[in-house]
Amino acid sequence: MSSNISKEEVAHVAELAKLKLDDNKLDYFTKQIDDIVGMFETIDKVDTTNIDPTYSVTDQLNTMREDIADNWNQRQALLDTAPETKDGFIEVPTIIDESGDGE
Amino acid sequence: MNYFKESIDSLHEKLVNKEITAEELTKQTFENIDQTDPKVAAFLALNKEAALAKARQLDQQGIDPNNVLSGIPVAIKDNLVTKGLTTTAASKMLANFNPIYSATVVNKLDALDTINVGKTNMDEFAMGGSTENSAFKVTKNPWDTTKVPGGSSGGSAAAVAAGEVIAAIGTDTGGSIRQPAAFNGVVGMKPTYGRVSRWGVIAFGSSLDQVGPITSTVKDNAVMLNAISGLDKHDMTSSDKEVPDFTANLDKDIKGLKIGIPEEYLAEEISADIKQSVQKAADYYRQLGATVETISLPNTSYAVPAYYIIASAEASSNLQRFDGIRYGFRAENAKNLDDLYVETRSQGFGDEVKRRIMLGTFSLSSSYYDAYFKKAAQIRTLIINDFKDAFKKVDLILAPTTPTTAYGIGEDVSDPMTMYMNDALTLPVNLAGLPAMSVPAGLDKDGMPMGIQLIGKPFDEATIYQAGYAFEKETKFNQNTPKMGGNN
Repeated sequence: MSSNISKEEVAHVAELAKLKLDDNKLDYFTKQIDDIVGMFETIDKVDTTNIDPTYSVTDQLNTMREDIADNWNQRQALLDTAPETKDGFIEVPTIIDESGDGE
Repeated sequence: MNYFKESIDSLHEKLVNKEITAEELTKQTFENIDQTDPKVAAFLALNKEAALAKARQLDQQGIDPNNVLSGIPVAIKDNLVTKGLTTTAASKMLANFNPIYSATVVNKLDALDTINVGKTNMDEFAMGGSTENSAFKVTKNPWDTTKVPGGSSGGSAAAVAAGEVIAAIGTDTGGSIRQPAAFNGVVGMKPTYGRVSRWGVIAFGSSLDQVGPITSTVKDNAVMLNAISGLDKHDMTSSDKEVPDFTANLDKDIKGLKIGIPEEYLAEEISADIKQSVQKAADYYRQLGATVETISLPNTSYAVPAYYIIASAEASSNLQRFDGIRYGFRAENAKNLDDLYVETRSQGFGDEVKRRIMLGTFSLSSSYYDAYFKKAAQIRTLIINDFKDAFKKVDLILAPTTPTTAYGIGEDVSDPMTMYMNDALTLPVNLAGLPAMSVPAGLDKDGMPMGIQLIGKPFDEATIYQAGYAFEKETKFNQNTPKMGGNN
């Protein structure tokens, strides 16, 4: 097996992406991502000296509009789509773990 | 209603002449779906009550004889948000998501009095080419229900191919309209980037995504693109270019049209039957007075890696919004805020989505940014230049849509590399932002549909439609229908 990316690197990437992988899944994804990154590396051999990158293919350069708020008056409807709300706010867990078994 | 024998025009005539009411047509569409969908599984949600109410209202106010879409039932891919109708993008993350607004495309179709009958299945967040990555169900190919319908717009293509609806909306980031259209023997158009508003489309690769129609005839497709095109102030990448009537020149002679076949698109991985279908198409076009020559798009082999780097990077960024806070799925029993993000995303996303998020996070990370993301964006420029050079010589590019016809359910899904390579013929068009359409090109030796792809200059969908219409009229391949389905 080639090694374009290590298990540790995949674990690090998963952490950055806020994904948790158990050991089986980590092995599974490492093998696949290793293959895919190997395929990515084929672009190495292309000479791109002085070639500008393309990040967008839109034909619209700048789209201007008046800086006016567009109020849809859907505050309650938006709150209704949130998983948990309280007193007109979206409720989230505490930022610091209070259960005692955290870091 | 036997949609295999109808077109949007013929249905319109029946509605105007009161041979059928909009309510009856809508009811019969749901009967088609009730009868066929247990076998095909194209739909995730049906919009029965609202659809029938709208049809009744239309019958009361009268069908507009000047609006060919008045009262026509259509299906919508489940990554376009629909106000009041569950929109999941086939992800557990959005299993119960009920949008508070509708996508511009949905609003435009609604304003033209089409009837939205329901939402179609897809690969989760449009990532995949078989619709097997749906969190909810596996859609079957109506031509052979042991085979995949393609994807990611597999539900939309299968619904049209099975005669459940006359037209459906799909999205195409790397081939997600054209490939399922080819696999199901129907017509699928990916318009020029910017032709159709992406507002309200659940974002995957924002510089690549486009919305387009899937239909059984070229003309129906042009009618649908007329309906959904145009500048939208909510999507700042939508184009202010004038939208022509795409049906206007369908019948125009294609004599003198210059067509190029890229040699790189007929590589050895392409099945013999499909290569032959392209050669046959070239012969048809020559008979009709067009010229066909071999051209070269030399950077084609780098399109797959460049695409998967760019698309995954954009996906990893776009999908950061799914964090369990404001809408969608939220994991239970999280210990703290960070734990909530991690648990929600780990439980809410399927494997393919996780894979792409990780690939994107990897190629955007500071130590790899130049070697992967920036390099891929430079290769994107080279691919665009290849097409620009080609279009100095030819008006239109002819190519296969897919390397093979539809494969068996479960065959490829465990091997992402094979899946990614299957997109090699469709994704260069997304990198370059060009319009391209897949048109039925007959059946292979196993009786499965093949498609040819017509690629046009930016904003020249009209020439694609013209050439597609000429091919369809000559070959009548669109009249092949699956043995099962609808009222056959």
